[in-house]
Amino acid sequence: MSDIADRVRKIVVEHLGVEEEKVVESASFIDDLGADSLDTVELVMAFEEEFGIEIPDDAAETIQSFGDAVKFIKEAA
Amino acid sequence: MSNNLMAGKRGLIMGLANDKSIAWGIAKALGDAGAELAFSYQGEALKKRVDPLAAELGSDIVLPCDVSDEASIDALFDGLKERWDNIDFIVHAIGFSDKNELRGRYVDTSRANFQMSMDISVYSFTAVMQRAEKMMNDGGSAITLTYYGAERVMPHYNVMGVAKAALEASVRYLAEDLGKDGIRVNAISAGPIKTLAASGIGDFRYIMKWNEYNSPMRRNVTIQDVGGSALYLLSELGAGTTGEVLHVDAGYHVVGMKAVDAPDMSKS
Repeated sequence: MSDIADRVRKIVVEHLGVEEEKVVESASFIDDLGADSLDTVELVMAFEEEFGIEIPDDAAETIQSFGDAVKFIKEAA
Repeated sequence: MSNNLMAGKRGLIMGLANDKSIAWGIAKALGDAGAELAFSYQGEALKKRVDPLAAELGSDIVLPCDVSDEASIDALFDGLKERWDNIDFIVHAIGFSDKNELRGRYVDTSRANFQMSMDISVYSFTAVMQRAEKMMNDGGSAITLTYYGAERVMPHYNVMGVAKAALEASVRYLAEDLGKDGIRVNAISAGPIKTLAASGIGDFRYIMKWNEYNSPMRRNVTIQDVGGSALYLLSELGAGTTGEVLHVDAGYHVVGMKAVDAPDMSKS
């Protein structure tokens, strides 16, 4: 796993209080990891801060899973 | 920065969402100064965020309140009365608008969202003060949060700018009505801060950069900055100040044009 994936996973684990093993590529924040709609906004804000990038609203709406987040950040960072 | 400015004082914080919230910067500053705090939240999603933050400041008074519902505001103050005979301060950090109308043109604002934005962002403060007045000690103090978009046109702020203008006007009328009883009412006009609420505003990152480059202090403000000014307005330090809109914006409101040394910038 890449460094970016590890950093994203760390944020997800800390923010949602889930076990690391559950944060797999296909894991949906809401359906699999118990996030609510505010969590998804907070996660995007945390990704922006960690990686110094901007995630516009329309892109943020497409980031539904751990895999989506890693893919977006790899392209943006 | 510990002090005893709020020792023996009790108050209610409305509108805390998470540790990025302006309300959190204010709650911390008040808690560090010895205040006893109560918190209100709307909905379970916010309760689970407010509970641990309240606990961090030694508070176990966390009560639900939907400010669009008169009965819910009554219930909040009934709940407060069960714990406290009186209160000394109110922090109102609540606003709402359909985020689809916080981009594009103001002229396209719908009647329904106009009314909702005014109800939640403006009338709620008046409705809260109706109840708070009855529980407040002489020397009571209340603050609400506003933004420069009330005074000047800001991109995308739209109906919230109109609502904040009305909120600032209501601060002046509340100051007059309650001043005779020794209750002060003020607003803090904070510069842009990246909060959960701000995530609904279009091009927010651009707005923050512009403020950083062009404010006299060449920086943005923090929730700690706002907390310090809130402590001033809510403590004895602000005893002679009411009806005021205090700008905590690194001076941005005095600026007339782009700073010569500010880099040219386009939208990301």
